[in-house]
Amino acid sequence: MSEVFGIPIQAFLGQLLIGLINGSFYAILSLGLAVIFGLLNIINFTHGAQYMMGAFVAWMGLKYLGINYWAALLLSPLVVGLTGVVIERLCLRRLYQLDHLYGLLLTFGLALVVEGLFRQGYGISGLSYPVPKLLQGGENLGFMYLPIYRAWVVVASLVVCFGTWYVIERTKLGAYLRAGTENPRLLQAFGINVPVMVTLTYGFGVALAAFAGVLAAPIYQVNPVMGSNLVIVVFAVVVIGGMGSIFGSIVTGLGLGVVEGLTKVFYPEASAVVVFVIMALVLLVRPAGLFGREA
Amino acid sequence: MKRLVRVLGVLGTVLLAAAAWAGSGISDGVIRIGVLNDMSGTYSDLAGPGSVVAAKMAVEDFGGKVLGKPIEILSADHLNKPDVAANKAREWYDKDKVDAIVDLPTSSCALAVLEVAKQKNKITIVSTGASTRITNKNCSPTNVHWTYDTYALAVGTAKAIVAEGGDTWFFLTADYAFGHSLEKDTAEVVKASGGKVVGAVRHPFPSADFSSFLMQAQASKAKIIGLANAGADTTNAIKQAREFGITPNQTLAGLLVFLTDVHSLGLETAQGMQLTTGFYWDYNDETRAWSKRFNERHGRMPTMVQAGVYSSLMHYFKAVEKAGTDEATAVMKAMKAIPVNDMFAKNGWIRDDGRMVHDMYLVQVKSPSESKGEWDYYKVLRVIPGDEAFMPLEKSTCPLVKK
Repeated sequence: MSEVFGIPIQAFLGQLLIGLINGSFYAILSLGLAVIFGLLNIINFTHGAQYMMGAFVAWMGLKYLGINYWAALLLSPLVVGLTGVVIERLCLRRLYQLDHLYGLLLTFGLALVVEGLFRQGYGISGLSYPVPKLLQGGENLGFMYLPIYRAWVVVASLVVCFGTWYVIERTKLGAYLRAGTENPRLLQAFGINVPVMVTLTYGFGVALAAFAGVLAAPIYQVNPVMGSNLVIVVFAVVVIGGMGSIFGSIVTGLGLGVVEGLTKVFYPEASAVVVFVIMALVLLVRPAGLFGREA
Repeated sequence: MKRLVRVLGVLGTVLLAAAAWAGSGISDGVIRIGVLNDMSGTYSDLAGPGSVVAAKMAVEDFGGKVLGKPIEILSADHLNKPDVAANKAREWYDKDKVDAIVDLPTSSCALAVLEVAKQKNKITIVSTGASTRITNKNCSPTNVHWTYDTYALAVGTAKAIVAEGGDTWFFLTADYAFGHSLEKDTAEVVKASGGKVVGAVRHPFPSADFSSFLMQAQASKAKIIGLANAGADTTNAIKQAREFGITPNQTLAGLLVFLTDVHSLGLETAQGMQLTTGFYWDYNDETRAWSKRFNERHGRMPTMVQAGVYSSLMHYFKAVEKAGTDEATAVMKAMKAIPVNDMFAKNGWIRDDGRMVHDMYLVQVKSPSESKGEWDYYKVLRVIPGDEAFMPLEKSTCPLVKK
């Protein structure tokens, strides 16, 4: 059998695909961060907690109200996005004039509070969310067994990612958003209500995190700290892609998922570190990130 | 010369005080117990606040007093950090006059506190910490290791599985001291029972996605995938093994699985898995009666380590009563002299290395149709006698063991 770097080509293909699946989570989360940073200049450290809330709201909906997965896929981002709107109105709004550091501290503190509350209520060992009936089972691809749900995750997140990219880069609404990033006062002079736009953008970024949370619920245990480990990696992804770059965050997310996946085969012990090594290298060579514009 | 006199003076006072203390029954008029564990992290469901509930139940069941002196329970979060654990232990022993520290999850934290207690001649009773180092290289004359250890887990589960024909193993190992020790202990048992280890992969701690590691395990064609990890790592690995169609073609062996893990996974996912435990709430009338009371207070059935905290404290109070003092050496002597007979253990006894020897249970997780209700999770397949379950004393590397 032919081999790639000493492992059979079939196993190698399987690992590539697995990497792509995990990469789609990175992509969708870093996309939300990039959107928020692009317009609000806020480094949203609550992102991991909002991803966790997305999963929890889906779980609660099923447990207490009998809301199924498909409805949760819409409702949960909506509910969590609304909490984002409240946070933006009550807290973040007051920080735009200040240094980045204040936004970072506030959102980090909020993340700790939210995680603490969920831990108090639901404990640490996690809750199970079943895979929806339609997506149960899997397909034998010859080189690997692919659970249908994982395939769905890739498709759903790619659709959402490129949909978001299209809206921001190719539509009039997106043009307003980009204009708001460049010069909010001028945009306001054209009659656009910039503060509302900013609020909704934050709500949308948060909703993306919650969407990823719902996608993750059937795969991982729904657990109050499920986001806190992930968010650090996702930040590294954003830094590598270039802060605020929409396209960069999508491509980097997918790419790093693959790199991490392959590290798990060749040197598993380093798989938790490899993303940060790449981040350090990228910062040395291109401080603005792979797809970022030099400031 | 003047300095020498002063030093001698201080020394004399200290010795006098120590002598007075040792002879006078209960120091400072109160028996203080510190429950030191993880109150907010990975191990907070399986031990955490539930261990404090168990400790309080022990105090009540003993009547609230030993030798006519009141018993007090303190508790603190060591955050799974050995330095935090050691500092808290020092503070408790020195400032708060704590007589014994119990529970102690996370082996590294347990070992750190053991050192402090050894220096200060105070009691520790480890219930949740798992490493066999606690009763071997790092053993202490004032410590008891109560509920289980990695050796007992390995012997219980691996021996049974190899005997049933599961003779090729691949390990998924958490990449830190505990995981390595669990893998090593289990691999030795597998080989000694005639099995073969075909490979292992070390995953970072903690990990969320195991699909890549699981595919490597699948490619190894081993009959058994041994999970040398704990908590969320174990539950996520089990869940994803099912997702990728690895189970039931290959069998998972959870090497450290708690009742709370099974509860969180649900029987649909966890069914069929074999594991070793030091206690199961639904074993007999005594365990059921106690666990029902625990459940009424805590809202969950007890894990083996929470039951262990209760049992170890009851035994400690009995020993203080017998010794007529709370001085550590005398109490430990009494603890080793009295057999352990309660709802947790029958005819348990404490060896020179500090190991409390008692029966362990090999259990299998029930299928959803076998389960008659919430928390009805295990079938007891086999009672493993204490002598077989724990490492023989002659193999112990503890310097306290006379050879």
